[in-house]
Amino acid sequence: MSGRDGDRDATFRSYYGKPVLNRPTWKTPDVPTYLFSGGTAGASAVLAELAASTGRPTLARVARLGAAGGAMLGAGLLVHDLGRPARFLNMLRMLKVTSPLSVGSWILAPFSGLAALAAASEITGYARGLGRAAGVGAAVLGGPMTTYTAVLISDTAVPAWHEARGELPVVFAGSAVAASGGLGLVGADVRENGPAARLAVAGAATELVASRVLERRLGGLGTRYTTGRAGRWRRAATVLTAAGAAGALLGRRRRGVAAASGLAVLAGSLATRFAVFHAGLASADDPADTIVPQRRRLDDRERAEAAKIG
Amino acid sequence: MSEFTLEQRLAGPLADPAAEAGHVEHPPRVGFFTDTSVCIGCKACEVACKEWNLIPEDGMDLTGMSYDNSVGLGASTWRHVAFVEQTRTRTDAVDLGMPSVPQGGRESDREMQWLMASDVCKHCTHAACLDVCPTGSLFRTEFGTVVVQEDICNGCGYCVPACPYGVIDIRPGDGRAWKCTLCYDRLGAGMEPACAKACPTDSIQFGDLDELRERAAERVDVLHEAGVADARLYGHDPADGVGGAGAFFLLLDEPEVYGLPPDPVVTTRDLPAMWKRAALAAAGVVATVAAAFVGARR
Repeated sequence: MSGRDGDRDATFRSYYGKPVLNRPTWKTPDVPTYLFSGGTAGASAVLAELAASTGRPTLARVARLGAAGGAMLGAGLLVHDLGRPARFLNMLRMLKVTSPLSVGSWILAPFSGLAALAAASEITGYARGLGRAAGVGAAVLGGPMTTYTAVLISDTAVPAWHEARGELPVVFAGSAVAASGGLGLVGADVRENGPAARLAVAGAATELVASRVLERRLGGLGTRYTTGRAGRWRRAATVLTAAGAAGALLGRRRRGVAAASGLAVLAGSLATRFAVFHAGLASADDPADTIVPQRRRLDDRERAEAAKIG
Repeated sequence: MSEFTLEQRLAGPLADPAAEAGHVEHPPRVGFFTDTSVCIGCKACEVACKEWNLIPEDGMDLTGMSYDNSVGLGASTWRHVAFVEQTRTRTDAVDLGMPSVPQGGRESDREMQWLMASDVCKHCTHAACLDVCPTGSLFRTEFGTVVVQEDICNGCGYCVPACPYGVIDIRPGDGRAWKCTLCYDRLGAGMEPACAKACPTDSIQFGDLDELRERAAERVDVLHEAGVADARLYGHDPADGVGGAGAFFLLLDEPEVYGLPPDPVVTTRDLPAMWKRAALAAAGVVATVAAAFVGARR
């Protein structure tokens, strides 16, 4: 059987056009939403403690609530995604460095607990010292929260994810920073939202630039990110993220503009995660993505060996 | 396990995967050599596997893909017989007895032929499914094979996209990951796996991996001498992207024709680089958030 790989204009052989890989069984919207909520929570935890340290109580408050809410929503989504949700505690049965999901579980579990403590103290006003300490602990884990998920999906045989392993951590980092800024714009007093606006803009720029770099460097494989369902999510992400960043830059001091800009950036960050997720599904479904690069690699190697002998 | 370097543990040649996994005294590594040049497409392996391992039915569709109605490996298909229909020019090679239909009046004309191959889990030296499993449900047995413990698996599904061959999958309605165990229960009792036992032509050969590799090399030489130039081994090389497969094949065409990836690589080979990249990006996040507060006005 042979098929055509339209984007790369190469013919390849396959078994009745069937995919080589089994399709990821991760559910939509569970997993892409988790990628978003976990990232937002991680960056928010860092934002919260810096806001608290610099006398911005309303920014600290919304960021703490965002960190706790995002983490708990994320944990809930991950448990729901399991084929056997009752066995979710098996995730903590061991710590395994070769499994990004194991390492991630050991980041997410303490992060959720600490962020929840910090948020509970924030809401009730009880045990402020303990709440602060918990918040600092969550902030330490916040950075890893934003990028381990990129390793999680890159560490697969799915070509559009694995080949993007260099850029995805940067895309996810930018997306998380933008979302934390967006949340700050939505929830903080306009006199305190300066850092949030800056983060929305910086995160949005990083996310947009890194995404374009990714698509270009991947060549034909990059079209997985720009076409189909992924492409539609990506276009939505671009418009929302850019519009939100522009609003943050120009109108953060006006309550309505700040909130609308923040929501747009948050929605853009969510859409980016859906785009990345769907790019992987499309890539897993297409035998060309697996076969064509491998065949080329194999042929190149055989040619090189033949040249060496000859 | 200090005698193994990180690189050896993640990719590349590794002489003794069972020892790397911590089995101190263990039997020799076993595997399958599937010689597709003698496969007759009877599917006895599929049936024997289903019966021995009590695997549920997973679709009774007629696919139109020659005689293949099980399509590919999955949670409830641990042996899969591929049927490839090809038209090719007659050659002087020895007749392998493959069923064929003449496609023209003269002897020298093109003919249609079937290629048949029984696919199975490769039991990789470096198994991505095992590497990424967060619960420890997937483990390396004392025989060097890779097995899922169904009482541990929580159905996270990470192994599914990690496998470069599309072998392991989540069983709908059950929620857990399943794949070939190389009949772990039978091995323990000194028996060969059900598929190999049932194979009437010895297309599926079970044994110690070292011996199977020697036997396979001899078989390829015999076929080459008999004029079957397309005969080749797949998955036999310890220097390949998965460190060599525990279940390897003799094929009569390119691997992708049978639905196999031509040059699979265990994804965790690149994991150290990925973690470094993620750590750098995480540090960037913290630095960016901190920078946002520098000189910020009210």
